[in-house]
Amino acid sequence: MSAPKRIGKSTVQFSNPPVIVATASVVGPKEGEGPLGKTFDMVTQDSYFGQESWEKAERKMLEEAVKMVINKARLKPQDIDVFLAGDLLNQTISANYAARTLGIPFLGLYGACSTMYESMAIASMIIDGGFAHHVVTAVSSHYDTAERQYRFPTEQGVQRPQTAQWTVSGAAAVLLAPAGNGPRITHATIGKVVDAGIKDPNDMGSAMAPAAVDTIVRNFQDTGRSPVDYDLIVTGDLGKVGHTIATKLLQQQQYDVSNNYNDCGIMIYDHERQDTHAGGSGCACSGVVFAGHLMGQFNNGKIKRMLGVGTGALLSPTAIQQGESIPGIGHGVVIEML
Amino acid sequence: MANNKQQGPPKKPLTLTEQVMQQKQAYDQKAYKQLADSVKPKNNVLVNAINAFWVGGTISAIGQIITLMFTANGLPPKDAASATVIVMVFLGTFLTGLGVYDRIGKMAGAGSIIPITGFANSIVSPAMEYKREGFVFGVAAKMFSIAGPVLVYGFIISVVIGLIAYLIS
Repeated sequence: MSAPKRIGKSTVQFSNPPVIVATASVVGPKEGEGPLGKTFDMVTQDSYFGQESWEKAERKMLEEAVKMVINKARLKPQDIDVFLAGDLLNQTISANYAARTLGIPFLGLYGACSTMYESMAIASMIIDGGFAHHVVTAVSSHYDTAERQYRFPTEQGVQRPQTAQWTVSGAAAVLLAPAGNGPRITHATIGKVVDAGIKDPNDMGSAMAPAAVDTIVRNFQDTGRSPVDYDLIVTGDLGKVGHTIATKLLQQQQYDVSNNYNDCGIMIYDHERQDTHAGGSGCACSGVVFAGHLMGQFNNGKIKRMLGVGTGALLSPTAIQQGESIPGIGHGVVIEML
Repeated sequence: MANNKQQGPPKKPLTLTEQVMQQKQAYDQKAYKQLADSVKPKNNVLVNAINAFWVGGTISAIGQIITLMFTANGLPPKDAASATVIVMVFLGTFLTGLGVYDRIGKMAGAGSIIPITGFANSIVSPAMEYKREGFVFGVAAKMFSIAGPVLVYGFIISVVIGLIAYLIS
């Protein structure tokens, strides 16, 4: 038995490509000051967002983004069949507690920083399979919650190496439906876990780049496309280091992406002015850049077809302390204005 | 890997294919590491060293001035040293509370970690951070998460040195 919607070895092609009806983004002040600041729906005044802890602030950002996307589509929470969400915190508490508030049937996901694209791929399968009508997918991350969980307390006086990335504070939500106006998700290439043997948690770009390249190449092979068939190929949060490595690795396999390949981690900050070293990272990095900037580009007609690859470093402080390396994953989604 | 020497059933010998796969993976990872290292931006060692030197030196100079002020006002040298430590720990704590010490540390690196003000910073920063998890399992339990190893090995070394001193004398 072959699966009728699969093409090539590992890509799915949707027979009725789901439509991205609306997107919403909420970001912190630093992201609001960045080069894409104007593309976000809401910029919070401070990192607490009126809450008493950063974890609660992250959760509230996620809730706001979801409420906003449902409002934009002129729907009500009851109209949403499934809510898919994830974040970086232990037990994905931002997503779980946001789902508690929202009261929509919920599937929690963890794909580290690749969760936005992972959730869009799964949501598309659910819709194209006829299992749901309206699906909301959402992610969040927060600089301070991520720092204290993965690295050091924020007031600790340590020096960040040049390869370190800055976790984006924010949340993004995407509402998908079988019909409507907006760009459509035509294909999804599910990522493989690729471990390049990198052990430095301050160098996630190098840890993730091979996984992203693996997914991009499989997408080209399965769809029979080449880099020129996409107006934009965009990875989630490889940063400057990972972007350079990915470009080189693709070059080695005879794919020239020098003209149309970018990375959300590079796009979101002004690295000289904002002191973000190698770039942005976190679930919200690829999430808010897609929900804000890239959706705007689709609506302006600047891009017609893009391959987005959400990249995740499957980092665990416990595993690192036990001498393990950091595996990476990249989920690819093809979005097209038909 | 290197670490799974303890429990578990004895390992089966690898088949030839598995061995080849493992070696290929190790080779690929090594080649990849070389590529990644060639791309990574380098830390500016000279600038960092200069910053560490002058910041560390300034902190030490401030400590020395405080010691001299105590001795000038009649405190015996040994007590003056203890009093200086107390003042420096206070300063480190105070600057951490104001959110200034992490900025100094970002620029100076080891220059502000090594002096006792850095030790104060490493205790106060988790204490501040984990206040929201309560005073027992938050502040008190997490306070030594970074300074703890320093204390443990500091105590062990001092005992060892004390024993050596006792045996020699």
